[in-house]
Amino acid sequence: MVSTMDMHLPATSAEQAVAPPLMQARGVNVYYGQKQALRDVSLDIRRGEVLALIGPSGCGKSTFLRCLNRMNDIVEGARVEGDIRLEGQDIYAPEMDVVLLRARVGMVAQKPNPFPKSIYDNVAYGPRIHGLTSSRAELDALVERSLRDAALWDEVKDRLREPGTSLSGGQQQRLCIARAIAVSPDVLLMDEPCSAIDPIATERIEMLIEQLRQRYAIVIVTHNMQQAARISQRTAFFHLGELVELGPTHEIFTAARSEKARDYISGRFG
Amino acid sequence: MPMSAALLVLAILALAALGHWSGARFARRARAAGQRLPALPVYYGWYVALWTGLPSLLLLVLWAATQDWLVRQILLAQLPPTLAALPADRLALELTHIRNIAYGLAPAQGASPEVLAAVGEYLRLRGLARMAGWGLALSAAVGGLAFAAAQLSPRLRARHAVERLVLLVLLLCSVVAILTTVGIVLSLITESLRFFARVPAGEFFFGLTWSPQTAIRAEQVGASGAFGAVPLFAGTLLIGVVAMLTCVPLGLMAAVWMSEYAPARVRDIAKPALEILAGIPSVVYGFFAMLIVAPVVRDIGTALGLEVAAQSALAAGLVMGVMIIPNVSSLSDDVIRAVPMSLREGSLSLGATQAETITRVVLPAALPGIVAAVILAFSRALGETMIVVMAAGLAANITINPLDAVTTVTVHIAMLLVGDQEFDSAKTLSAFALGLVLFFATLTLNLIALHLARRYRERYD
Ligand SMILES: Nc1ncnc2c1ncn2[C@@H]1O[C@H](COP(=O)(O)OP(=O)(O)OP(=O)(O)O)[C@@H](O)[C@H]1O
Ligand SMILES: [Mg+2]
Repeated sequence: MVSTMDMHLPATSAEQAVAPPLMQARGVNVYYGQKQALRDVSLDIRRGEVLALIGPSGCGKSTFLRCLNRMNDIVEGARVEGDIRLEGQDIYAPEMDVVLLRARVGMVAQKPNPFPKSIYDNVAYGPRIHGLTSSRAELDALVERSLRDAALWDEVKDRLREPGTSLSGGQQQRLCIARAIAVSPDVLLMDEPCSAIDPIATERIEMLIEQLRQRYAIVIVTHNMQQAARISQRTAFFHLGELVELGPTHEIFTAARSEKARDYISGRFG
Repeated sequence: MPMSAALLVLAILALAALGHWSGARFARRARAAGQRLPALPVYYGWYVALWTGLPSLLLLVLWAATQDWLVRQILLAQLPPTLAALPADRLALELTHIRNIAYGLAPAQGASPEVLAAVGEYLRLRGLARMAGWGLALSAAVGGLAFAAAQLSPRLRARHAVERLVLLVLLLCSVVAILTTVGIVLSLITESLRFFARVPAGEFFFGLTWSPQTAIRAEQVGASGAFGAVPLFAGTLLIGVVAMLTCVPLGLMAAVWMSEYAPARVRDIAKPALEILAGIPSVVYGFFAMLIVAPVVRDIGTALGLEVAAQSALAAGLVMGVMIIPNVSSLSDDVIRAVPMSLREGSLSLGATQAETITRVVLPAALPGIVAAVILAFSRALGETMIVVMAAGLAANITINPLDAVTTVTVHIAMLLVGDQEFDSAKTLSAFALGLVLFFATLTLNLIALHLARRYRERYD
């Protein structure tokens, strides 16, 4: 669907040449109690591109993702070491407000998790909490825009008052995406967003990701190699808590340097 | 006497054990002889044991339940004409008297010769009945043993038969439980109907005065009795509301803290600690309310220049509220924790604080379950007796001022039935009517709570 030619938009490649990456992780180690789940992971997250995290189950993809918006804070016994910066600012620094961080680094979970509220209230949840709008009309407009961006508006515009849980799995996942982009984050983290939905809904979400990448930096965990190849510009291969290989997606998929990555991508293990 | 009854039961059990041993031995021998049995030897043992023990023990229980009635019937048939000619209620009294003398509960001196003769007859009949019952039970045991032993054969599907017998026992137990409940409700209803035959339902449900002193003798004046139950309903509600105002905020906040904030280790201690509150007997709460809380409430009230009754609705309601905190907190804690973690993560990852997550996502999601917990607690408060008997007093006032003395439905049920009472006066019967109202109120509340809880479960399971 996405050819490698339009992988780098002219604007973004020019920007990359001068601007520092949006997020930077350096030497990240994560421990759950005694157990080390990530070892010395360093990578950059850039505007305007989709970064795919792949690797066998249990290799630490979700763990890394959750470091980026500090969701590991709420896991008892989890400890994060290393340096992660958002626009140069250390997100684990004591003066960092984790609430503001999470408003800027949004997350979409593997299993759709709409709140038991109406579709409208689901999307309006973030804007209300952060006081992003000052009038009802503004909020209505923001909700509509977010639902349109999530390619869900046409399906739900007549039933905004119905509970979000009444939607189908694929619609719920797009609702969660709408909910995440309603607070205008800079980065969107997605942990296997398509694993619980059917191929048609998956295709819609892939198209959506392709559009969203114009405005957000996207990091996506996926177990679907074709999906990673289709939608991402760069791919990171994790194995046993280590970042084994990182590079442009077409290179990783055609000529990975490490044998592990080649085997995994061709389906020989994992 | 109970000693020998115990011996009888022991004998039956011994027979059953013997049956077990012989059944199992039969099966083991058959196996050793190379036969293929459809069940393990132990099932053959149980087959014989159950046939030996079950029918005989059942018979024994049945006999114990009916022998008194039988003896009475036979005695009645044999009474001398002077006694038999008495009107029914005097006769019943006389029979009770005879039994009391027979059991040594009443002195035999001064009783008429007819009565003494009847006592002798009663004792004789009772001895006979007991012997007959024991003979019956023992022969049932031996008969069962013989029957089952005769059934033993390599083709007997012993496991199948044992499972059927066990199923039968389970069925019997549940039937007993259900019949008991139905019986209680039916007797509540019939006694209430008798009450409503004397006192119009309109007066009971809408009358504003409660003073159930009926005349014992027809010529007594000023003791006609008033059965307007509204003051009792109002008092019950007032105390219930005070209790809920105490326990809902405390219990709910405790639940939120335990489920959302407390580290796992603290929670493991805090939750059982709270549940201990539920284990304190309510009579202890009662004297706590009476001796400590009521005077303190009164002192504070007087210091503030308020007029506080010695036994105020506030004191009773406060203590009752504390007593039912665990009902609210423990159930709420469970439903709050049942809210999926993914909802919390969804909220937190949008930049909501933990407090926002709790108030805007977790609590609304858990609301049906929390409401169910609160309703259950309320129905418990309505039915609670000890605390209000001790702390709320007897004054049947209609008021919404929690500083006044009020009384409740349960207190009056207790009051109506303690001491010597005629069993079919309107006063005594009114207790059944009150009980019936209370029963329907709590039944309705519990059904609503059950319905809410079930809907909640459907949503997250
Ligand atoms: N809350 C936790 N407590 C303890 N260990 C954990 C916890 N979460 C993850 N781990 C461990 O950390 C390692 C990495 O887990 P992680 O969830 O990041 O893997 P993953 O790459 O996302 O796997 P999958 O593809 O199956 O989602 C695993 O070995 C896992 O057992
Ligand atoms: Mg994962």
